[in-house]
Amino acid sequence: MADLSQPRSVASETPAPRLPVARVNWGAVGDHLILIAGVVFMVAPLLMLVQMSSMPDIETIKSGPSLQWGDQLWPNLMKALFESMSFSGDNTGLNMFWNSTVLGLGFAIGKVIISMMAAYAIVYFRMRFAMIAFWLIFTTLLLPLEVRIVPSYEITQKLGLLNSYTGLIVPLIASATATFFFRQFYLSVPEELLEAARIDGAGPIRFFIDILVPLSQTMIAAIFIIMFVYGWNQYLWPTMIITDESKYTLVQGIKQITQGLEGSQQVPEYGRSNLLAILAILPPVAVVIFFQRWFVKGLTESDK
Amino acid sequence: MKRAGFDSRWLPILLLLPQLSIIAIFFYWPAVQALRSSFYLEDPFGFGATFVGLENYLRLFRSSEYLKNAWFTVIFSVSVTFLSLAIALLLAVKADKVIRGAKTYRTLLMWVYAVAPPVAGFITLIMFNQRWGPLTNFFELFGWDFRVRLNYNDTAIAMIIASVWKQIPVNFIFFLSGLQSIPRNVVEAAMIDNRSSVSRFWTITFPLLAPTGFFLLITNITYSLFDTFGTIDTILRNNPGDNPVTLVYRVYLDGFRGQDIGGSSAQSVVLMVLVLLLTVFQFRLVERRIHYN
Repeated sequence: MADLSQPRSVASETPAPRLPVARVNWGAVGDHLILIAGVVFMVAPLLMLVQMSSMPDIETIKSGPSLQWGDQLWPNLMKALFESMSFSGDNTGLNMFWNSTVLGLGFAIGKVIISMMAAYAIVYFRMRFAMIAFWLIFTTLLLPLEVRIVPSYEITQKLGLLNSYTGLIVPLIASATATFFFRQFYLSVPEELLEAARIDGAGPIRFFIDILVPLSQTMIAAIFIIMFVYGWNQYLWPTMIITDESKYTLVQGIKQITQGLEGSQQVPEYGRSNLLAILAILPPVAVVIFFQRWFVKGLTESDK
Repeated sequence: MKRAGFDSRWLPILLLLPQLSIIAIFFYWPAVQALRSSFYLEDPFGFGATFVGLENYLRLFRSSEYLKNAWFTVIFSVSVTFLSLAIALLLAVKADKVIRGAKTYRTLLMWVYAVAPPVAGFITLIMFNQRWGPLTNFFELFGWDFRVRLNYNDTAIAMIIASVWKQIPVNFIFFLSGLQSIPRNVVEAAMIDNRSSVSRFWTITFPLLAPTGFFLLITNITYSLFDTFGTIDTILRNNPGDNPVTLVYRVYLDGFRGQDIGGSSAQSVVLMVLVLLLTVFQFRLVERRIHYN
């Protein structure tokens, strides 16, 4: 796959007009218009959220989003971060942010370590049951968690893992996306490296730590980013496993936030709700934008 | 496997142990459990279960509600898949072409990848607010009184819009990457042979993108079946009523809220078969896939 960050220099597509006067390239203008329309479609909702969260709620309830910029951003942010949404007082924005971070990082780290180990065993060892192990792991790619959600819940309950970070994170790791990807990558590592390392007397653990891990750095980063975003954005599983409000994640909290917006007697707090939604978006989006190159590479190469 | 692999007997087992045990406990056990309880009728008060054979499945296919959900799921998946692929392809072709601002466009078009599905639902609810929602206002220009959660079709359309918005970035990234891996000389040769950029697209670029497209087709169907749960649940505000729901949502409703474990398991198994078929289909395509490098 090509590197997306390098724009390909395309020679002028439309033949140059004969008269040097008319230099406007209408084709290019059309391209830009379409792209701008696309950008507006993708970005406008976010801008709307930000604008609404700067306004006093009374204004928003009357007239909705507008082009005005209000002065309530800071107070609303304080409310979002430190005021709880319910009686228990536990699910403040800051607390949910922390739980989301634990889920995102815990899931990404766990997944990367476990799948690197498993892929190493499958690729670099002569084992009788390597094929069986590979297929056992690979089959998990076929069935997403959503399909087996109810029995998964029952088992987690039986193991006493409800309302725990373990019960939240570990069952999500039970799919082989990353293992499969590391396997592909290891297979592409030249055989000579292994031979050379063995001649120098390196054992399997030495080879793994001194040679393979440094070689896989970019891949680890890419997989880590994708998994962090995936973990942070989980919704159904946390909704089922976590009922203790002190362990709510931001994405899970969105449900409560929406329920608070409509149908209740008190004034719906758009400012605070929108800021909580922005808080839920921000970390994964920041990671994807800052590490765009790795992320795109990982995504387009791993999913095939 | 590498030719000169290590010979250690216990190390590989040790390395595989964490992954295999997690998979055994949280994948194979629940999958087998789902299969098993799809043949049983569980007592709602927890007093054991009776073997009922295929009764749970027959009950499903006799239920007009289930068939209605299935039909909605088909329409929903086809719309989401088609729209998000088409829009993403158009944007990718244009983003591949422009020189000025190319990087900015890319970033702005792909960031939504990282937005969680329920947040997409949350934004949709605001966009379709009954009083002042920007999209409600927009549809009102055409005399369409848009009522999310009150009107079946309007709710369905809102769900589709939210899901498409969320899915465009992934497709965009893959299409763009596919476009950029088309060799320069092919592009240049096409330019000499064919002046019209539209016909060049359909005769050269589109067929060359077909492998990416097929791959994305399956990914998008899987997405619209499973990953849209959060979007749908948020839009319905946890209270489906008479609104459209997809099959996955139904599994959750019946099994988790309705405590109909047998019926829900039968639904899970139906979905498993569906995913298996899709995957087999995908492998068939991948096998035939041609590499142009």
